[in-house]
Amino acid sequence: MTLADATLVPAADRRWLTPSRAAGLVLLSLLAAFALIGPLLVLVDPTEQDFAASLAPPGADYLLGADHYGRSMLARLAYGARLSFGMALLTVATAAVPGILFGLFAAWRGGWLERVLELISTVLLALPGLLLVLILLAFAPGTFGPLYLGLALTLWIEFYRVTKATAAGVLKQPHIEAARLLGFGTPYLLRSLVLPEIRPILTTLAAFAMSTAIIAISTLSAISVGLRPPTPELGAMIVELLPYYAEAPLHVLMPGILIFLLVLGLQLATRNESL
Amino acid sequence: MSRMILARLLQAGLVVLVVGVLCFVLVRALPGDPAMRIAAGRYGPDANITEAAELVRRELGLNQPVLVQLGASLGQLAKLDLGRSLVTGLPITKELRIQLGATLWLSGATLVLSLVLGPPLGLFAGLSRGGWVDRASLGGAIILRSLPPFVLGLLLILFFAMLLGLFPPAGYGTWRDLALPALTLALSLAAVSSRVTRDAVSAVARTPYIAFARLKGLPEPVVMRRHILRNAAIPVVSYLALQAIYLIEGVVVVETLFGIPGIGHALVHAVIARDVPMVQGTALAMGLLFVVVAAGVDLTCHWLDPRPKRI
Repeated sequence: MTLADATLVPAADRRWLTPSRAAGLVLLSLLAAFALIGPLLVLVDPTEQDFAASLAPPGADYLLGADHYGRSMLARLAYGARLSFGMALLTVATAAVPGILFGLFAAWRGGWLERVLELISTVLLALPGLLLVLILLAFAPGTFGPLYLGLALTLWIEFYRVTKATAAGVLKQPHIEAARLLGFGTPYLLRSLVLPEIRPILTTLAAFAMSTAIIAISTLSAISVGLRPPTPELGAMIVELLPYYAEAPLHVLMPGILIFLLVLGLQLATRNESL
Repeated sequence: MSRMILARLLQAGLVVLVVGVLCFVLVRALPGDPAMRIAAGRYGPDANITEAAELVRRELGLNQPVLVQLGASLGQLAKLDLGRSLVTGLPITKELRIQLGATLWLSGATLVLSLVLGPPLGLFAGLSRGGWVDRASLGGAIILRSLPPFVLGLLLILFFAMLLGLFPPAGYGTWRDLALPALTLALSLAAVSSRVTRDAVSAVARTPYIAFARLKGLPEPVVMRRHILRNAAIPVVSYLALQAIYLIEGVVVVETLFGIPGIGHALVHAVIARDVPMVQGTALAMGLLFVVVAAGVDLTCHWLDPRPKRI
């Protein structure tokens, strides 16, 4: 099945809310609620230390226990989830908006801008994305700036290429030609006729890009070139707690489970049924 | 064919250019005067440091226009002169030669393991579409793809090393040390390649030419070998080119996690120590390794499907 076949099937012919999508959306909204409302409800500072409660098990005082410095795990997980969600959303938005706009423009007009964009994306794709992010991280290790820039620089290309390919297919359709002959303007055509056709594939792409960003940020923090402690970043938390695995195995696993659920939710919510 | 090789050569050139330019900017962006820093590194911080720095500046041409310097440093790269590590003082090429072995062993073991795990599972799943193998491998693939490689690696360490005591949790030397890191990466790769294989096989198995092959009385093994496998292999192998990216990225992470003294491990530590020549050398080596793997995939694709590509 080519890209055009997948996108040009009328939306009504496909049942949109499959069980796996429903499960994914429920999971995502629960996690989003935890990330958004959690930091407001848990009034504890995620960096506040209480050595009397070091590695406290989940219980009355600390709902999910406390880490080796006696910091509330619940607060740290809530702030960590917010950080992961927020950074991934920001990165993906920065990648998606120019990617889609450039893609539409290249499909519509082509010309020198398309050639320049092709050149830039070829240059950026020559290296695996993580290597680019790592080199940029050498400029300022432990900060979000290079991480954000590097991820956005690699992720926009996919949006650009898919938008361009899909939009070019849609623009060749007779109904677009007809609408153009009837005198509808370019912005109207792109907004009302092209964008609805390419929206499903862009949603999938955005979810995929968000998973990539979440995994990349936590992975780089875990190998201590991304964000650093005491920032409550989920990957950094795992590595920070790892030496205490023998005493508190659950504490080590909790941030990992949270990352897992985040990515799982994103995957399920945009999965195309093929079984 | 020759166009394909030309495209990969061009990509290799781009890798050198991107890494070279970024690292050139990186040296200039670090705080302080580069000539002063190099002089302090060579002669130690003594009273004559300003004169020494002046000498270094003239010797290395740091007083020339930036573009001339950039040209000179790219020229050095083209001659494979990577300089010396700021941390160990050894020539980068020497360090890379030692590290390359570890990285190649890990990548090779990973590729083999992922090819043993992924495509055969996908083949079974695709032949019995909707059966329990298909469902189970789908579930497994979704779970594995939701786990970041370092979390998966940790889980494998906890299970196989701590609980069962089968393999050492970290280290490098014997094949037993390589087992867990290779498995970590191979599982992530197989999660995707098994699904790609499954889709390809089930699509090929339902084509009219397979029905015809059966109808004309070809024995099932021949149908399988000559028609299903070869046709289904085309999308699977071209997908491997995409997997080369995951492989290289994964090698960096997994080497760091398991303490394997390879190029990825060195790259991460060079970033932490801001050892720019080392960052440049290791990033270059990983980037070129990526190009080599991708070129290998291209050649395999060409062998499987010699029809000329329309690009």
